[in-house]
Amino acid sequence: MDVNALLKKLSQTTGLSGYETKIRAEVLAEWGRFVDETRTDKVGNAVAVKRGYARKAHRKIMLASHMDEIGFMVAGFSHGFLRVSPIGGIDARVLPGQEVIVHSRQRDLPGIISSTPPHLLKPDDRSKVISLDQLWIDVGLAPAQVNRFVSIGDLVSIRRDVTELKNGLLAGKAFDNRASVAAVAVCLELLATIQHQWDVIAVATVQEETSALGAATSAFGIAPDAAIAIDVTYGVQYGSAGNEVFPLDKGPTIGIGPNMQPKMTQGLIEAAQRIKLDHQIEPMAGSSGTDGWLIQVVREGIPTGVVGIPLRSMHTPVEVVSPRDVEQTGRLLAEFIGGLDEKFYESLTE
Amino acid sequence: MSLTTNLKALSEANGVSGDEGAVRKIILNAIRDHVDEVRVDTLGNVLAIKRARGKATRRVRVMLDAHMDEIGLMIVGANDDGTLQFRAVGGIDDRSLPGKVVLIGPDRIPGVIGTPPIHLAHGDDEVKKIEALAIDIGAAGKDAALGVVTIGQMATFNTRYRSLGTTVSGKAFDDRAGCAVLIELLRGPRLPVDLLAAFTVQEEVGGRGAHVAAYAFDPDAAIVIDATPANDLPPSIEQDVSPNTRLGHGPAVYVMTRSTVSDPRLVKHVIGIADRRGIPYQIRQPGGGGTDAGSIAPTRGGVPTVSISVPARYIHTPVSLINLNDVRHTIELVRESAARLTSTILRPA
Repeated sequence: MDVNALLKKLSQTTGLSGYETKIRAEVLAEWGRFVDETRTDKVGNAVAVKRGYARKAHRKIMLASHMDEIGFMVAGFSHGFLRVSPIGGIDARVLPGQEVIVHSRQRDLPGIISSTPPHLLKPDDRSKVISLDQLWIDVGLAPAQVNRFVSIGDLVSIRRDVTELKNGLLAGKAFDNRASVAAVAVCLELLATIQHQWDVIAVATVQEETSALGAATSAFGIAPDAAIAIDVTYGVQYGSAGNEVFPLDKGPTIGIGPNMQPKMTQGLIEAAQRIKLDHQIEPMAGSSGTDGWLIQVVREGIPTGVVGIPLRSMHTPVEVVSPRDVEQTGRLLAEFIGGLDEKFYESLTE
Repeated sequence: MSLTTNLKALSEANGVSGDEGAVRKIILNAIRDHVDEVRVDTLGNVLAIKRARGKATRRVRVMLDAHMDEIGLMIVGANDDGTLQFRAVGGIDDRSLPGKVVLIGPDRIPGVIGTPPIHLAHGDDEVKKIEALAIDIGAAGKDAALGVVTIGQMATFNTRYRSLGTTVSGKAFDDRAGCAVLIELLRGPRLPVDLLAAFTVQEEVGGRGAHVAAYAFDPDAAIVIDATPANDLPPSIEQDVSPNTRLGHGPAVYVMTRSTVSDPRLVKHVIGIADRRGIPYQIRQPGGGGTDAGSIAPTRGGVPTVSISVPARYIHTPVSLINLNDVRHTIELVRESAARLTSTILRPA
C-alpha cells in the first residue's frame, strides 16, 4: 500500500463534522478493497467488516477512527463579507491570512480569512489574538453576488494541499484523524495475511470533533466484544513542553489510564513487543479525548484500548505526521487482532 | 502574454527584498522586445527606456517606478531539533505566521510554521512573537537542517494565484500588481514622452533601489505605481486617518504619505486626466505609509513625483486580494497621465 498517497488523498478530501459524505466515499473505497463487506449506518458512519475464521463463538473487535474534520459554517453577512461559526475546536491563532473554500449550494468559492495589513495596525493590536467572531471571510465578490451564492449554514473548509517535508514527513490539514483512517487501512490489508479468529469491524466515525456522535451510535449498533479507538496525539515540536507530547517516528502511543481496559493496554503492549515494534506509553489521567471515551460506556460497557499517532500542530492547517508512524500503527493493530482468542476474551472479565 | 498571465507569474515568483532575481527574470523576458534599452544596475534594478514617438528634440522624460521586492522571511539560524529560526524582512504581523506553508531559498524547500496545539495552551493564548516561532522542514537535527537550507536564505508564503471572478487573490500584489501595470505600459504603444521604467529592488526595506534608479534616470517627473492597503471591511473604521481605499473604486492617487508630499502639479494633472477620461480613482487618505516616491523625490536636485496605487486587501500577509478592473484603470491612468505630461505642467508655479 502506498501510505503516502493514501494520506494525501484522505487529507485533501473535505469532510466537516456532520457532512462526511465525500470523505466517507473515499474511506469505503479504500477499506473496501480489503474486507468482506462495507456499509453506511444510520448516522453516516462508514463500516467495514472483515470476518474472522472462528466458527463458534463469534467475537468482534471494533476499530474506531473518526473521519470528520474541523471547519466553519457561514453564520452571517455584512457588505459581502462572511462571518462564520466554528465546527469543532478551531484554533483562532492560525486563521488570519488562511485560504478557505466556501461550499455554497451552487459551487465552491475560493475565499480568504481576513487579516489586517500591518500598516493599519495600532501597536497594541499586535499582541491580541483575533477571535473568530472578529474575522471576516472574503470571497472577493460584490455583495449582490455573495447574497446570491452564499447562504447561512453553508460550510467553509480550510484549503491546504499536503506538503512533503524532509525525512518523508507530511504537512497538511485533517491528519487529525485521517492519519488513523489510513492506519486502519494498513491494518486491514495486513489482516489478509494473518490468521485471525475475531471479526474485525472497522468504523470511520462521524462528528467526533463536535460530539463523538458516531462513536457512541456505531458501538451500540455493533455491540463489539472489545474496541480500539485510534486517534492522533500531541507530537513533540518546537515550543512544546511537558509529558503530554510524544516524538514522531518512535511508533504509536498506547494509552494507559481509566479510559482503557487494563487487559487491552497490556495486550497492545505485548503485541508490540512480539514484533519488536517501536511504541510509546501514553498516560491519560482522565478522558482520552478520543472516540474511546464514549465507546467504553456503551451498552453494558465495552473493553476499550486507545492507540495514538503523534502529530505536530494539531488542529492547524499544517499538522505534521510521519507516514512511518501510520504504517507502524497499522502493524500494531493487525498483530494485536491476530492474537485475539477466547482466552483473551475471558481475561477481560477476570 | 496577457495581464493576468503576467500577474500570476509575478505573484507566484519569490522575490524578498535583496533577492529579486526570479522576478527580474520574468520582467526582463516580458519587456525585452518592447523597449529601446534595458539594463540591470548593480543593485539589481531593471532600468528600461521606451522612447517617445515622433522626433521632438526636447521631450519630457517620465520615470515610471514599480518595486519588484516583497516582504518575507529570512532564515537566521537552526534549532537543535532541526527547525529553523527566522525574522521578518519588511513589515509582517506576527499573527499571520502560524499555520502557514513557506518556500525557502532558490530550491523552494517547503516548510511549515507550526504551533503547539491549542489543546495544550492551557489558557495561555497570547500571540507568539516571531522569535518564538520556527519553520519545520522535517529535518532531524540542526546539522541536517543546515545541510538543506543555509542561513541568510529568504522564504515566502506558498500561496497560489487564484481567480475569484473580477478579483484575484495571491501573494505579493504589493507590488507585483504595480510591476504588471508597468509591463503593460511598456508593451503598449509609444507615448509622446520618454518612458524611463524602473523595476526597483528593496522598497520594503527603505526604497533603496528607487534611490539609485532615480539618480541614473535623472527624470523630469516620476510616477510611482504601488499597491496600497485597502481598508474596506465592515464595519467602517471610526477615526478616518488611516488609508481608506476600497477595491473596485479605481486607482488610489497619493497626496501625502509619511515620507513624501506628492507634487501638487502632478496630482492636479493626474486627477484632471481621470476626470476628463472618466477613469475612476480615489484619493488615498493622507498619512502613514510610503512608496518609492520617498526615495525618488529628493534625488539630485529633486524630482516631481506622484504615486498611484492599486488598492489591495491584506497586503504584507500570506494572501492578498485585488480587483482586476482597478489594475486596468491604473494602467490607463498612468498611461494617459504620462502621455500628456508636458514641461508646461512641470514649470514652477
